[in-house]
Amino acid sequence: MIAFVTYKMILVLVIFTITLAIAAYSTYAERKVAAFLQDRVGPDRAGPFGIFQPLADGLKFIYKEEIIPNVSNKLLFVFGPCIAMLTALMAGVVVPWGDTVFIGGKEYSLQITDLNIGILYVFGVVSIGVYGIMIGGWSSNNKFSLLGAIRASAQMISYEIAMGLAIIALVLMTGTLSLREITMQQAGGLGGDWNFWNVVYQPLGFLIFIVCAFAECNRTPFDLPECETELVGGYHTEYSSMKLGFYLFAEYINMFISSAVISTLYFGGFNFPFMNNLGLDHNMISIIGTIVLFAKIVFFIFFFMWIRWTIPRFRYDQLMNLGWKIMIPLAIFNIALCALISLYINR
Amino acid sequence: MLTNRSKVVVKKEMNFWERMYLPAILSGVVITIKHLLRRKATIKFPEQKREISKVWRGQHVLKRDEHGAERCTACGLCAVACPAEAITMTAAERKKGDEGLFREEKYASVYEINMLRCIFCGLCEEACPKEAIFLTDRIVSTDYERHGFIYGKDKLVEAVDKRIDVTVRQTPEVLEFKKHKLLSHNR
Repeated sequence: MIAFVTYKMILVLVIFTITLAIAAYSTYAERKVAAFLQDRVGPDRAGPFGIFQPLADGLKFIYKEEIIPNVSNKLLFVFGPCIAMLTALMAGVVVPWGDTVFIGGKEYSLQITDLNIGILYVFGVVSIGVYGIMIGGWSSNNKFSLLGAIRASAQMISYEIAMGLAIIALVLMTGTLSLREITMQQAGGLGGDWNFWNVVYQPLGFLIFIVCAFAECNRTPFDLPECETELVGGYHTEYSSMKLGFYLFAEYINMFISSAVISTLYFGGFNFPFMNNLGLDHNMISIIGTIVLFAKIVFFIFFFMWIRWTIPRFRYDQLMNLGWKIMIPLAIFNIALCALISLYINR
Repeated sequence: MLTNRSKVVVKKEMNFWERMYLPAILSGVVITIKHLLRRKATIKFPEQKREISKVWRGQHVLKRDEHGAERCTACGLCAVACPAEAITMTAAERKKGDEGLFREEKYASVYEINMLRCIFCGLCEEACPKEAIFLTDRIVSTDYERHGFIYGKDKLVEAVDKRIDVTVRQTPEVLEFKKHKLLSHNR
């Protein structure tokens, strides 16, 4: 029992640290990618190539004056960023970060917990994330914050529907909600056993999912919650110091988690092509698998940034039109298509 | 129409392909990724300096003559010529015994250029009949305070032992012009 708890504690701690580290370096990567795509150099003063920039930014956030507006609801004002951060971190629990490893004859799974409703859990936790934004915006007692929060929550709720419907098509195909089982079904890949990643069978579903993931993370082209021209800073207008840092940080953690979920659901998770043809032992393949998973995640984080620095944002009515009139019907069409095809194949 | 670059905007309905967004986004994404590995336009300033033109006009210098005496006689022509009204000065009479310090009987006891007003046009240099003021290739450094940008004689007059070279900007045409007998007093 104690051994089990210690192993889980260590795993939780490691994943927590990795999540925070990747989120911190996402802020650095964001600025670097932005600079490189615009023919600039980006931050390069703090350490070689500016790699200590996240530390400098973090320190700056901590040392800034912390202002809680007098007219705000103080309890909820503090609560908002906590919820945003908490829910962002919680979603990483069910993601399978790797296959099992054998240490001293015992099998250890590189996943904190394998819930059989894993993907539902992710959706549940992500939905609570809206509360962080909503509470933060509402408790500030500022009209810009409130408008920003309403905008953000309306956007997130609208796109959650299409996202969920895209997942239903995937679940129809895989027959399970567990992220580990979905990953295992994509095992092998190219090589001995011809078994493709889900993106090959679900291209439309993947497209809908990734567009909705952009909207859920409040990333460009759906970054309307933060709008300098109309809403000052959006839902975090009144926030300062590390509380603002938490909101910004939660956004990057969300980006990391959604990249992980996209990789797991549609891009084979920790599986890689020719994995069963290399003749390596199980532990070795697990370790390579974890590295491969992180490579996929890093690619998707880069993709998020790449899109951000390519296209401008939608207008708010365009955003809602896209969500309700295009994404949701398209997702329903995708479900019908998948249902018909699976019915035809299984007949 | 002054140029042929203007485009006539056609406001037509987008076709299905265009309304799908995705092909346009794809082509946009290809454009941005091409910039990823392109040569960067940044010049890392303190280490690298942008190459400046030979006739580049920067911070002013008040020259001394070959014996080390200040050439400026506080005639005020530079202040009159200055379009930004950046130059002010106070004239004073040379005392006995100061012949080594000032070239002529009248000199500028105070000479100030406001670098925030100055537009570095070089008209002061052109107006100067005594070849006293020149614009050099030095950059005016930044400051946190406004008064730090008002340069007095302490910053403008060149040191006796550390003369500032102003010959770079003296093109052959300028040198030819200076041979004119009206400017013979400068020699």
